[in-house]
Amino acid sequence: MARQRDRWGTRIGAILAVTGSAVGLGNFLRFPGQAAQYGGGAFMIPYIIAFLIVGLPLAWAEWALGRYGGAMGHNSVPGIFRSLTGRRSGAYIGLLGTLMPVMIYMYYVFVEAWCLAYAWDFLVGNFAVFGSDAKLIGDHFTASVGAAENGDVFSGPAARMLLFVIVCFIVNFVMIYRGVSKGIEKFCNIAMPLLVICAIVVLVRVLTLGSPVPDKPDQNVINGLGAMWNPTKGDKTLFETLSNPEIWLAATGQIFFSLSVGFGLILTYASYMKRDDDVALSSLTAAAGNGFCEVVLGGMIAIPAAFIFLGQGVVDNPPGTFGMGFVALPNVFNQMPAGQFFGFLFFFLLFLAAVTSSLSMLQPSIAMLEEGLGIGRKASVTMLSFMTLTGAAFVVYFSKGFTALDTIDFWMANFFIFILATFQVILFGWIVGIDKGMSELRRGAEIRLPNFLKIVLKYISPLYLIAVFSLWCRYNLPGRFKAIISPPKGQPPVILMSLGLILVVAAFFAMIVNLANKRWDKQETSE
Amino acid sequence: MTTGGWIIMILAVAGMTGLLTWCIYKVLSTPGSSEHIHAQTDIDPGDSKEE
Repeated sequence: MARQRDRWGTRIGAILAVTGSAVGLGNFLRFPGQAAQYGGGAFMIPYIIAFLIVGLPLAWAEWALGRYGGAMGHNSVPGIFRSLTGRRSGAYIGLLGTLMPVMIYMYYVFVEAWCLAYAWDFLVGNFAVFGSDAKLIGDHFTASVGAAENGDVFSGPAARMLLFVIVCFIVNFVMIYRGVSKGIEKFCNIAMPLLVICAIVVLVRVLTLGSPVPDKPDQNVINGLGAMWNPTKGDKTLFETLSNPEIWLAATGQIFFSLSVGFGLILTYASYMKRDDDVALSSLTAAAGNGFCEVVLGGMIAIPAAFIFLGQGVVDNPPGTFGMGFVALPNVFNQMPAGQFFGFLFFFLLFLAAVTSSLSMLQPSIAMLEEGLGIGRKASVTMLSFMTLTGAAFVVYFSKGFTALDTIDFWMANFFIFILATFQVILFGWIVGIDKGMSELRRGAEIRLPNFLKIVLKYISPLYLIAVFSLWCRYNLPGRFKAIISPPKGQPPVILMSLGLILVVAAFFAMIVNLANKRWDKQETSE
Repeated sequence: MTTGGWIIMILAVAGMTGLLTWCIYKVLSTPGSSEHIHAQTDIDPGDSKEE
């Protein structure tokens, strides 16, 4: 009987670990921002399509490719690509798998600091003074994160945020440097399910809010849900909204971001797995947990709450990609029993979820530096700390309107992620070969994978990715370039500078890949 | 909330909840699965003890 209980405990622990690993800022903060920006219910159509025909198949492919690459002796994405393509040039494509997580880390740590600051604010009761005044809470967010003016976080009204950024940075680097991620993982196996329970409590409160703004009865729960889920907004028809390739790019990018696929993370982590470990059920469970948190919890909380308290204006013009939750949720906590406690708990657990994600973001570049320069973990982490500190300082300084944050987020998490994801499905279906790839995926699988997955991974996924990307480049790229070269008058060219930062980091990693290629050449010659 | 909104919401919420429920059932009902499934966070890179 005791053994039976142990088995159930182990299985439930495994479920909590796998589903909990998927929970992060992408679910509760980025998803509502993206959904609001791209039309709510209309956004869900490309989102679900991308989940089924690209996100899930790519997650399977990436786990299988990573585990296969690990068996060939590589942990870095460039090393894995070089092995699997059999070409030196493969390593340079893998450069994206090192660049993207590092660049995303540079702004992710800033948003992590917002969560910690909000947890602190709830703990000491700072939000209680705002009462039910939604505008004051919105103003608090703008002032807290320095969204009004560049440099506010360094010397202006948002200067206390710098302290939270520094705390987040130190917490991350101490943990990565000392390699204690196993410790926090065990802690998060408890903390992440708690975050989900906390989110369910918040969801129940949002759905029972009624019409809390007395003079605006239209700002009620049903209309709030409509703001999130209605497929048509304003004068645009559903067809017109879906005709814009940017919505497809953004929805697919969101799937990649929240499933952590398409940017090298899973390739690196899977390379450390044993050959006969399951990747099929693991990635499906993680994707399902992620989808549940994102659609059921993320989608039902932030946008309806933002609409109920702040009206359609905030939904139509969300405060940056990650800002929606920060202006909407404190209103909900202020309207619920023990709101101060739940507000603290929610943002603190979200901070922990963010820390687990940011810890894993640097592993691909740590693996690259270890393989490329032949140095150890601590030396790699020290090098990365200088690089990411500079990048994060740039994002934190240029905080006005979140231009630097949103620019890096768009080019990394929507644009380049697409390129790397497309390469990976082609690698799986065509270069490694679909039969070899599927047998690799089925090795140790705890579920039976259907044969039609071969057709999806070989034809449908690459065609979808290439079609969306080509259409986006045809219709939206010129507008993006125009925004780069024509900054608002009197403002520094932050978009251009952000792209410059990306270029400098890319050049650094290209140099490391070059050195790594030479080391691998020598190793192959000596063998 | 329009009819289209209700349809999209119900399909999306039911679909994701159903998928997660099936995965949990599969892990609980497959003998030995808990030893073989892994989360990204429980994979040890193994390079932290080298220095």
